[in-house]
Amino acid sequence: MIFEGATVQSFVGVGVFRGRVIGPIRHMPPALTPPPSGEGLDSSTSAETAAAQLKEAGAQVKATLLERAGRASGDGKEVLQATALMATDPMLIKAAIKLINKGSSAERAIWDAGDTVAATLISLGGYMAERSHDVLDVRSRIVAALRGVPAPEIPDSEEPFILVADDLAPADTATLDPAKVIALVTAGGGPQSHTAIIARSLGLPAVVAAKGVAELVEGSQLYVDGSAGVVSSEPGDTERAAVKRWLEKASLLDVFDGDGQLADGSKLALLANVGGAKDAQEAAAANAQGVGLLRTEFCFLGNSTEPTHEDQVAAYKGVFDAFPGQKVVVRTLDAGADKPLPFLTDSTEPNPALGVRGYRTDSTTPGVLARQLAAIADAAAQSQALVWVMAPMISTPAEAADFAALCTTAGLKVPGVMVEVPSAALTSRHLLDRVEFASLGTNDLTQYAMAADRQLGPLAELNDPWQPAVLALIQATVEGAVAQAKHSASLALEDALPKPVGVCGEAAADPALAVVLAGLGVSSLSMTARALPAVAAVLRTVTQDEARRLANRAVAAASAAEARDLVRAGLPALSELGL
Amino acid sequence: MIERTAVIASTAGLHARPAALFAETAGDLDVEVTIARVGEPLDEAVDADSMLSLMSLGVEHGEAVVLRTEDDSATEALETLARILETNHDA
Repeated sequence: MIFEGATVQSFVGVGVFRGRVIGPIRHMPPALTPPPSGEGLDSSTSAETAAAQLKEAGAQVKATLLERAGRASGDGKEVLQATALMATDPMLIKAAIKLINKGSSAERAIWDAGDTVAATLISLGGYMAERSHDVLDVRSRIVAALRGVPAPEIPDSEEPFILVADDLAPADTATLDPAKVIALVTAGGGPQSHTAIIARSLGLPAVVAAKGVAELVEGSQLYVDGSAGVVSSEPGDTERAAVKRWLEKASLLDVFDGDGQLADGSKLALLANVGGAKDAQEAAAANAQGVGLLRTEFCFLGNSTEPTHEDQVAAYKGVFDAFPGQKVVVRTLDAGADKPLPFLTDSTEPNPALGVRGYRTDSTTPGVLARQLAAIADAAAQSQALVWVMAPMISTPAEAADFAALCTTAGLKVPGVMVEVPSAALTSRHLLDRVEFASLGTNDLTQYAMAADRQLGPLAELNDPWQPAVLALIQATVEGAVAQAKHSASLALEDALPKPVGVCGEAAADPALAVVLAGLGVSSLSMTARALPAVAAVLRTVTQDEARRLANRAVAAASAAEARDLVRAGLPALSELGL
Repeated sequence: MIERTAVIASTAGLHARPAALFAETAGDLDVEVTIARVGEPLDEAVDADSMLSLMSLGVEHGEAVVLRTEDDSATEALETLARILETNHDA
């Protein structure tokens, strides 16, 4: 689609990666068409002239590559220097001149000579075979030079630019310098095209399928909005202001400042889900306010026997040490259908999702849990982290009480439970009479609420945490915590704050759903560290009251899609941030 | 015709960097020099100034090659080239 004003042209395509920039256009030269097979010298050109033209083209390519090598560094510099030498290499040029003398055109001669040399290198295998690409690259450059057209590659430029192309190929990724290319715009391609994949992996604003952009003037200024999927020429004050607004917002998406809060200043701790020490260090570097879920089974996947006390202490301590003075919530071994541990799981169960998994393995394999708790306690004693422990797959208050007793025996002071089974959500008031906190595992809670195996593709629509039934169970869990606090307050005749109810499932990583969870009254959100900046940025755009209103609408919706749409409509920040 | 034999010192053989350096130096000389594995027939010798030819020879570390030129006065040129081969550029 093209709107033509006096001078401004706008193109609407599909935005595949967020971001707004303004910069000069550089067009990707079209792919080089091979000279026709058997193409001969034209009658007006002698073999000597053709040979001289070929040598001149080779020298030109060599000079270009050497000049570029002069600006490169490290391995890239050496590769460019070696490739430059190939452009005038006697073996290649002599072979081509032989073909010219037999009547071939210069273009076709260098094309065939390149094929022969490349084949020789490929037959040698290993390092030589890899260099065959350089030979083919050089011969294409020589053909382009003979034709007087730009080499078929991402243009080289001192100044950062917006790359405009028909579509990009996977090989272009290698030569695409993200310091030079500030946005991608293609006339072809789609949301799953190579261009889109490259843009996402490099984090470059990109618009694909913007028909007509090939006509844009080389070097002229272009405005690209990768969120809206719009491109326009002759950017003015409006576009410059839009870029400025984006830069302000984008800085929010780069890093999380380590202070989770809503627009009215009410606090909501943003924690990380981790599987081991390495994750934990990355999460700490991403300013997570602690760990909301340490999946201990990830430390031991692949173990055929129970890990030793020493191994366990070392694994847990590695995580605790990344968060001195901060909360680390340890989930005890959660072996199950999707993550079997040979020393705990019975692989012959007909229905593992409803089988002996999580806390339930303590009844069939007693002792493993007690030993794990002892190791956690030892590791906690050797570190500065505030260690909480929770059991997965708790269904009844009796199980919660038994787990709390095991924790007390081990010397662990803050026992809690995962709320994944609907019965736990509906009886959270009684569970919280026996433990100190609850954490909602929304993935399992969804699969059990919807009776839909989360590993089955055809049930993906049911396995959606936006399902109003799932949201209602989360609401019930929080209400149970409030009721429990009121009840104990009435007994003790003192004010008691509700015990913490956090969320540690995938749901917490969805910025829109995070707002709903905040509105439902959860006290912390734990997610993959990568999601922290976006979740934090969106939470800061709503007050607790606004979040509560959105949450109520979502719970009252008739479907997951309706809930999602209602909430997204109430969160303009999402589209502003391109989320 | 004069000859000079040399053993390849570079750990990775006559590839990449050593080949480029050798070919570039050979190209800068005023004499035409060929290179072949010791014991191979004369007509299998390749131009010393062609990196692609050198790479195609596929000479490995520890192998002996012979440098030849028709210019009998070019002893020094052969010596220069031989020394490149006898240096380990991958060290």
